[in-house]
This record gives sequence, structure tokens and C-alpha cells, in this order.
Amino acid sequence: MTTAQEAPSIIPDFGDDEDTDRKICFIASKGTLDMVYPSLVMANAALGEGIETHIFFTFWGLDIITKKHQDDLQFTWMGNTAMHPPGGKVHMPQGAAGLPGMTRIATKMMKRQIADLDVPEVPEFVQMISDAGGHLWACKMTVDMMGLTKEDMIDEVEDIISATDFIELSEGAQVIFT
Amino acid sequence: MPTATISGQEVTVDDEGFMTEYDQWNEDVAAALASQIGIDLGEGHWQVIKFLREDYKEQGETPMLRRVANMSGVSTKELFLLFPKKPAKKMAYIAGVPKPHGCV
Repeated sequence: MTTAQEAPSIIPDFGDDEDTDRKICFIASKGTLDMVYPSLVMANAALGEGIETHIFFTFWGLDIITKKHQDDLQFTWMGNTAMHPPGGKVHMPQGAAGLPGMTRIATKMMKRQIADLDVPEVPEFVQMISDAGGHLWACKMTVDMMGLTKEDMIDEVEDIISATDFIELSEGAQVIFT
Repeated sequence: MPTATISGQEVTVDDEGFMTEYDQWNEDVAAALASQIGIDLGEGHWQVIKFLREDYKEQGETPMLRRVANMSGVSTKELFLLFPKKPAKKMAYIAGVPKPHGCV
């Protein structure tokens, strides 16, 4: 007998039945444009897979969640000997990275490449991660070192926590340092 | 390609169960697919599903969450409430379009 809604042969496994306790914690320690995206992209992907996700922002990574800096992160190839133009094989001379105005130009270029991929700029990206349920934490030592307070952080930051607090909250998690 | 009978209609699916033929989809199929993964389709769901169908038709690929949130009028927060845990995959499954492949 055929019922009105016959079951299909295959239903994708969306993991709804599993009681997973998978948890991922990223440590975002860098504030250069090219180094903030790895943790943001992966955190966003983890959230989209239904995984509990935390990001702990420390040292220059704190700029990602400070009101004053998050829309003004820069890119330089100073010290990055791998640097070559997109698709090119020519290495960019290290000395050229130090020329006045070069960081501004390199930043502009990288921002354009990122936008071309339909990937948001940092402030929108952080907002998106928070909306998706991601937990954002500021590092206490960095906040103290920079003379900042919670007021300097974007509202989405849950709290300023110590290294010990982070070690506690990341118990059982996969921890990724970027 | 395996086939499945959904809402009395034979549809072609891939190995995971996602529909592979855009034109085999209709609203009854969507409702049946949704109920199979525990979702009861309401107004918000339909708004998203219709956007996904149209966008896939125009762009030739399934939009990622950010694009859906920016263009369908349904926010990221709502998307996670409507399609819990794995919103991008679930909405694609119900809308009869391939699983999204982008990063962001």
C-alpha cells in the first residue's frame, strides 16, 4: 500500500539526533587584515554546522572587537617573504613594503579581493558570527595592557576574561590558535 | 542517481538525499522534505526557500548564509531559528537545490 507521503530512500544526516558535545575555541592573536580572516571564516563555518563556537581575542587580535580599530585593520607584506601579486610568480621586494603609503595600497587591494568573493568586512563579519550564536571574549591582560575597558569593546563581546577563565571554558573543546 | 518518492512524486536525489533536478521540485515536495527533517514550514521558511530557488536559478549556485541573510529579508538570527543547527544545508535541502559549497 502506498501512503500519501512515502518515505524517500535517503534523508541527509543533519546531525539532529546526535547529542554532540563538539565545541571549538579559536584564539585570535593577530590584528593584520590577512591574519584575522582565518579564525573568522572558520568560526562562521563551525557555527553553520551547529557547533558551539568561541573566539578569544588577545594581543593585536583584540583590535577585531574594539570599536576604534575593527574597521581599520591593515595589511602589509613586510616580513612576509612569500608575498606575490595575486596569480603572479614575481616576489614583491621586501624593501618596497616599507615605502610610504604602501600599506594603504596593499590594504585596499586585499579588501577589494575579499569583497570580490562576497566575504564581508571585519565589523559585519563579527556581527554575523555573534548573530549566529558565536561567543566573543576579550583577553583581560590585553585590555589592561592597552588601558581599555568594556566600553571600548563592541557590544557583542560577552565579557573580559582571564587566561584561566579561557582554559576553563575551553575544557573538552578543540582549540585553534591563529 | 538514486530516486525517492516524495509526496507521491518520483524525484532524483544525490547520495546524501539532496534533490538534483531543479524542475522536479514543487511546494508539496518542499513540505514533505521539511517534515522529514522535523521542520513545519511557516511564512518565514517560505520566504527563504523562495529566495533560494530564485537566486539559484539566476546565479547557478546555492547562496551561502550571508547572502541569504542580506538579500532574503530574513536575518542571520532568524535563519538559525527557522532552520536550527545547520541552516544553510537544511534550507538548500528543502528548496531542492544543491548543498552550498562556498566558505562564507
